[in-house]
Amino acid sequence: MSVQTTTTPAAVALAVGKAFDGRSVLEGLDVTVARGEFVALLGASGSGKTTLLRILAGIEAPTTGEVLVPEVRTVVYQEPRLVASMRVWRNVVIGLPNASATRALAVDALREVGLDDHADAWPGTLSGGEAQRVALARALVRQPKLLLLDEPFAALDALTRLRMQDLVAHLCARHRPGVLLVTHDVEEAVVLADRVLVLREGRISVDLPVDLPRPRRIGGPAFDALRDRFLGELGVHREAATSSD
Amino acid sequence: MTQVAAPGVMTAPEPGSGTAPPDGLVRLGPDSAPARRRRFSFALRLVIPVAVFLLWWFLTGTHVIPATALSTPRATWDSFTYLYNRQDLVGDVGVSVRRAALGLALGAGVGTALGIIVGLYRLGEELLDAPMQMLRMVPYPALIFLFIIWFGVGETGKVLFIGLATLFPMYLNTSNGVRNVDRRVVEAARSFGLQGRRLVRQVVVPLAMPSILTGLRFAAGISVIALVFTESIGANQGIGYLVAQANSLDQIPVLVVCVIIYAILGIAADLLVRLLERYAMPWRRHSAVR
Repeated sequence: MSVQTTTTPAAVALAVGKAFDGRSVLEGLDVTVARGEFVALLGASGSGKTTLLRILAGIEAPTTGEVLVPEVRTVVYQEPRLVASMRVWRNVVIGLPNASATRALAVDALREVGLDDHADAWPGTLSGGEAQRVALARALVRQPKLLLLDEPFAALDALTRLRMQDLVAHLCARHRPGVLLVTHDVEEAVVLADRVLVLREGRISVDLPVDLPRPRRIGGPAFDALRDRFLGELGVHREAATSSD
Repeated sequence: MTQVAAPGVMTAPEPGSGTAPPDGLVRLGPDSAPARRRRFSFALRLVIPVAVFLLWWFLTGTHVIPATALSTPRATWDSFTYLYNRQDLVGDVGVSVRRAALGLALGAGVGTALGIIVGLYRLGEELLDAPMQMLRMVPYPALIFLFIIWFGVGETGKVLFIGLATLFPMYLNTSNGVRNVDRRVVEAARSFGLQGRRLVRQVVVPLAMPSILTGLRFAAGISVIALVFTESIGANQGIGYLVAQANSLDQIPVLVVCVIIYAILGIAADLLVRLLERYAMPWRRHSAVR
């Protein structure tokens, strides 16, 4: 199904299956993310999209199958997950070898997310959007070949979410990691991704490239057609959605 | 200063409050309460101790409480100056503080280490938790005679006794705190490559610090209690020795002096831990409710 067979992949999932207590969540999943490619993975709640991401991150092991992922891969979680007892800049370089975990490196990364003046703040003093930007800086500072985004905008307010989406689009275009964005927001997926996958009943049911010019905005006939296609795949039908407005 | 007007009733704007808010709205200004509270805070802390002192003065001065039960403030003060000038009160306090501090350091150190191991590792919990829970339930004063038989009446036995008594509050609070560290944060730190001793030192221990310091506060209190026990038997110096002496000679004023010294030691230990809290948890200074 994938058209990226000729380019070097940033991540590959081969026949990945995962069961929790005998309940199967993923069934023989094949997914490829090319280098520099931005892939969005859509799915309803409980469809197993976060499970796939955690397997790619190496936090969880698949029950069957295997994944091929780069050594340097990072995650931005739905919540910031900063260590409350470390100042912002130390959170950014957490886990790096001591020699390279410098303040200068952290401040550079924080500058990219517009928070270099918060380097010495405690995480507890940040707003939700700021904390999530620190989490993004923490993920980008080690120049990952694979960036895993687990609904990173879901807990943000609508305005902050739009700004964060722009920031992520900008930074991914600049650093070109392979990206897997897990989300249930169809418009977010269409705005950000080069390719959208839909996960349904443990399998990839749709795998479509998004050939819209960048920078993208929500709306327009081509955008709407794609969005409706994905929504329909997720069981939300456009006619029903508009009539309820 | 906000005023909530009844619907339809105009309230006169307060001087200096600018224009009146539109209908149905109230103006909420900056809160003036914190500044006022801070100024009175110290005075408020003294209210009850001063009241107790006055009550003591009144009840003993009017002989409602006879001198055979409780000495007057005057007699207590005289007894204090006598102990201070004619006997080695400062030396006694010094010996006692040293015993309590050494015992506390020993018990708190071992208790924290065991708590971290048990909180962090399954094997540690399986091996250590049950024996610790059993030992914890043994009332430590019951062990004092055994300690004298094993270690004699010297300093070693006393310090070990206080160490044992302070071990358990430290252990319980630390293991509990480590167990309750946000697993999602630990998982995130692990996924960013932090592991082993660095993970413990940089993430687990700091995040468990509130519990660890609660344990230390308990342990500090218990160290003074254990001190009394261990100094009442087989000691020839220290405040506990003074208590035992005064008790056998029926010297009420000396007993009262010792009780006051214990109370002062208690509040000093508590202040020390509070200070440590500010130093050890700087991230809570900004986000704590108070």
